[in-house]
Amino acid sequence: MSAAPDIVIVGAGIVGAACARECARAGLRVLVLDRGPVGGGTTAAGMGHIVVMDDSPAQFALTAFSRRLWQELAPELPAAVEYDPCGTLWVAADEPEMAEVHRKAAFYRERGVRVEVLEGDDVAAAEPALRPGMAGGLRVVDDAVVYPPAAAQHLLESQENARRIEVRPGVTVAALNEDGGVTLADGTRVSAGVAVNAAGPWSPLLAPGLPVRKRKGHLVITDRHPGFVHHQIVELGYLKSAHAVTADSVAFNIQPRKTGQMLIGSSRQFGAEGTEINAEILDRMLRRAFEYLPGLGRLSAIRAWAGHRAATPDKLPLIGPSLASDRIWLATGHEGLGITTSLATGRLLADQVLGRAPAIPVEPYLPARLGKGDTPHA
Amino acid sequence: MNSARLSFDLVVVGAGPGGLAAASVAAERGGSVALLDNSPWLGGQIWRGEQARSAVPLARQWIERFLASGARAVMQASVFASPDRGVLLAETPAARLTVRFKKLILATGARELFLPFPGWTLPGVVGPGGLQAMVKAGWPVAGRRVVVAGSGPLLVAVADGLRRYGARIPLIAEQAPQLRLARFAAGLWRYPDKLAQAVAMKARLLGIPYRAGVWLRRAEGGERVERVVLTDGRRSWTVECDLLACGWNLVPNTELPRLLGCALASGFVRVDEFQRSSVEGVFCVGELTGIAGADAALVQGQIAGLAAVGETEAAREWFAERSRWHRFGAALTRAFALRPELRQLAKRETVVCRCEDVSREAVERCRDAREAKLHTRCGMGPCQGRICGAATQFLFGWESDSIRPPVFPVRMESLLTASEHPKPVSNLSDPTS
Amino acid sequence: MPERIELSVNGRALSVPWGTTVAAAVALAGETRFRRSVHGDARGPLCGMGICFECRVTINGEPHARSCLILCADGMEVRTDE
Ligand SMILES: Cc1cc2nc3c(=O)[nH]c(=O)nc-3n(C[C@H](O)[C@H](O)[C@H](O)COP(=O)(O)OP(=O)(O)OC[C@H]3O[C@@H](n4cnc5c(N)ncnc54)[C@H](O)[C@@H]3O)c2cc1C
Ligand SMILES: Cc1cc2nc3c(=O)[nH]c(=O)nc-3n(C[C@H](O)[C@H](O)[C@H](O)COP(=O)(O)OP(=O)(O)OC[C@H]3O[C@@H](n4cnc5c(N)ncnc54)[C@H](O)[C@@H]3O)c2cc1C
Ligand code: FES
Repeated sequence: MSAAPDIVIVGAGIVGAACARECARAGLRVLVLDRGPVGGGTTAAGMGHIVVMDDSPAQFALTAFSRRLWQELAPELPAAVEYDPCGTLWVAADEPEMAEVHRKAAFYRERGVRVEVLEGDDVAAAEPALRPGMAGGLRVVDDAVVYPPAAAQHLLESQENARRIEVRPGVTVAALNEDGGVTLADGTRVSAGVAVNAAGPWSPLLAPGLPVRKRKGHLVITDRHPGFVHHQIVELGYLKSAHAVTADSVAFNIQPRKTGQMLIGSSRQFGAEGTEINAEILDRMLRRAFEYLPGLGRLSAIRAWAGHRAATPDKLPLIGPSLASDRIWLATGHEGLGITTSLATGRLLADQVLGRAPAIPVEPYLPARLGKGDTPHA
Repeated sequence: MNSARLSFDLVVVGAGPGGLAAASVAAERGGSVALLDNSPWLGGQIWRGEQARSAVPLARQWIERFLASGARAVMQASVFASPDRGVLLAETPAARLTVRFKKLILATGARELFLPFPGWTLPGVVGPGGLQAMVKAGWPVAGRRVVVAGSGPLLVAVADGLRRYGARIPLIAEQAPQLRLARFAAGLWRYPDKLAQAVAMKARLLGIPYRAGVWLRRAEGGERVERVVLTDGRRSWTVECDLLACGWNLVPNTELPRLLGCALASGFVRVDEFQRSSVEGVFCVGELTGIAGADAALVQGQIAGLAAVGETEAAREWFAERSRWHRFGAALTRAFALRPELRQLAKRETVVCRCEDVSREAVERCRDAREAKLHTRCGMGPCQGRICGAATQFLFGWESDSIRPPVFPVRMESLLTASEHPKPVSNLSDPTS
Repeated sequence: MPERIELSVNGRALSVPWGTTVAAAVALAGETRFRRSVHGDARGPLCGMGICFECRVTINGEPHARSCLILCADGMEVRTDE
């Protein structure tokens, strides 16, 4: 790249990649720096479920918009991205959970999200491996699955303006500067109009005081057992939990991959900084999965690992200028939904950088909402 | 599934010469000792199948000594994880074992190095040691033509063994140049037992055609290997065969020690004079600590076994002999060093990762093993990079990717670790990831 | 211990001596193709010692069994090429 880039993005995860793509599409010259390979951080540790969620109106708006962007992108995705519109099946174990199915169904239908309510027998027919006696379920038809590292790679190199993006893997950034540039670990300064912190769970290291905390999650991948499950299946049982935000928790979540493998989650822990496997959490997580899928225990497990989500106090990401400087921007804090919401994040970031009208209201995601040095985490 | 809990003063993993020796000497001095191995047989790679037939005196001697020592053998037990200090998890065909130990000796040995070349994925292309092991377990070779190729003293030993089972050996092709082998052989007088083994001289004695400075270019065939193309660098020729046994020296099985946190140096586990690794209470012996053959493993095993039960003075008595075998190992490594031409055997479209069918072309675009894994699936399959990782290390100088449990694929249910009466799972939060 | 083991490979009855691995039994049955690779190519054992996973077959309905590590047992049903 000859002249200084318009924008330098720290982090070549899916979020940094999506931001780079949108900025380049709008004609900006983009430099992307990562200490590792493309998509080698949390993007390589997560599940890749593209899912509409409704914990809050703002979460729904962002996930629904972003999922639409994924659907638009789908036809051009190469096979390596493993895009699979398998849909989500939320399973209800009992009547109270079935009530939640109906609530969710009504909420989604009103907003144009395609869903189907399944009775117990329909669930058994749709997923014969589930234990018998499920009360029912909700199929969210257009939810999908991707392989995130390949998706990040595609976002960086695919569109017509890809040549405006320079990616430098293997470069560690020490600081984002108030003049819009960055300082590398070796002391080199790189100047740019705007610097974006898209460093995922490591973003607070480059932005002291940022209210982003690591939330650890474990996953297990199986060998190829094609046809064992057909949807990404997730339990609704978590509703019974009272103190969801603070305690370590596990939930049943299984994802069929196009390879015939399955990815099994999930767990959430605060205060666990390392990526080593916690045997007790893994144990609880798998027991939960076996309760739902009694045959799962006989299948072959290849590898278990853990990664960190970048969690914010209100469970919404930070997209926009930081409070530190109007030339240091944030695109982080995507918790367990960063694959889903990456495309929307890229769009909203580019809209703001360019002063365009945002595609959806951006206020809920502005860093300013949390105030400076805000640490109201429980 | 059944699960059982076992507890021992000393646990040894790997029932090859290193593990057998360690477990025997420790058990002879009292204390509870268990020896775990993932195969159905005592003896490891080299003495596999000797338990029944006992053709090799040294093997018979050590297996008998082990059986009399009071140590317990736990066979067909793959050790796949260590959820906590002092705890190993192992899987058998019928059960999941939780094995507690105070001290641990790892003797997980080595596997063969397989280099990608056109046709290496054809059925009938096997490792020499692997074929030897399979033949001992009933694999039919009588009347079959087996070309033996690659590198290392193993080639001759295996060819000899195969012939005893009725195989015909059209050729042993050793990639190392004749001159280097001659120098190596000239130094072997210092290791009398070794003279009987190994290299050209022995092959000639046996009447098997042996050529040094010759290597494989490709294997050909339809549904299985039918012929191989060999070269000496100047010309190439074809040899018809039913099986191709090829391997290029050995690669240590460091997955388990790495999972436990043992530090490595140049690809082997770093140990001190008593075979202690960098992890407290964990010893490593045999090929894990350097390729030096079964005699070295026996001595190292005895040192570790004695040291583990506190008999450090007795252990010291073996130091001199160990040094001798270390020198032998170094000479071996020099003699059979791989020629650079072997890096060019694989063509662009040749598969490098056999589990995931990833070509050299795809892999070569990446900067390291981790990037190749993330963006091409190289190393993502069930072998977890054991075959392709060693190959890309030789081809591109890449370090292998991080090690994670399970060290071997296991049934999902084997990953459960908590008590049989788990705490109720109370706090479920957002179920999506 | 019984002298001989009776099993079946791809539906064909086979009798092998005790101590024979499933991999050897498959070879004795004349099969060369143990499994299909991801791209559909024929594969058979490579390492012979449980490392490479090329010798995988389906034993009694359970896929992904490493045939080189498993001894034949009476009544075993082995399927290859899956
Ligand atoms: C177990 C688990 C399951 C998940 N499942 C899902 C799911 O199903 N669906 C979903 O939508 N989301 C899921 N997520 C969340 C999703 O993976 C993340 O939100 C997303 O990957 C975040 O992407 P990112 O680009 O912000 O961060 P990352 O992918 O972590 O990228 C940050 C990059 O910054 C680089 N970096 C950091 N510091 C520096 C520095 N100083 N210099 C240079 N480079 C630096 C890192 O190397 C890294 O590549 C899951 C997460 C986990 C942990
Ligand atoms: C195929 C082959 C053939 C050889 N032939 C010769 C020869 O002819 N002459 C010679 O001098 N040397 C030979 N060697 C080298 C010789 O085997 C070694 O020097 C010697 O066996 C080293 O002994 P060891 O105890 O380190 O390991 P090994 O004998 O390799 O024994 C290791 C054992 O550990 C088991 N194991 C590994 N990981 C696990 C785990 N996680 N859980 C449970 N069990 C595990 C393995 O299945 C194996 O049985 C050969 C090596 C190989 C690989
Ligand atoms: S032949 Fe390699 S695992 Fe069986």
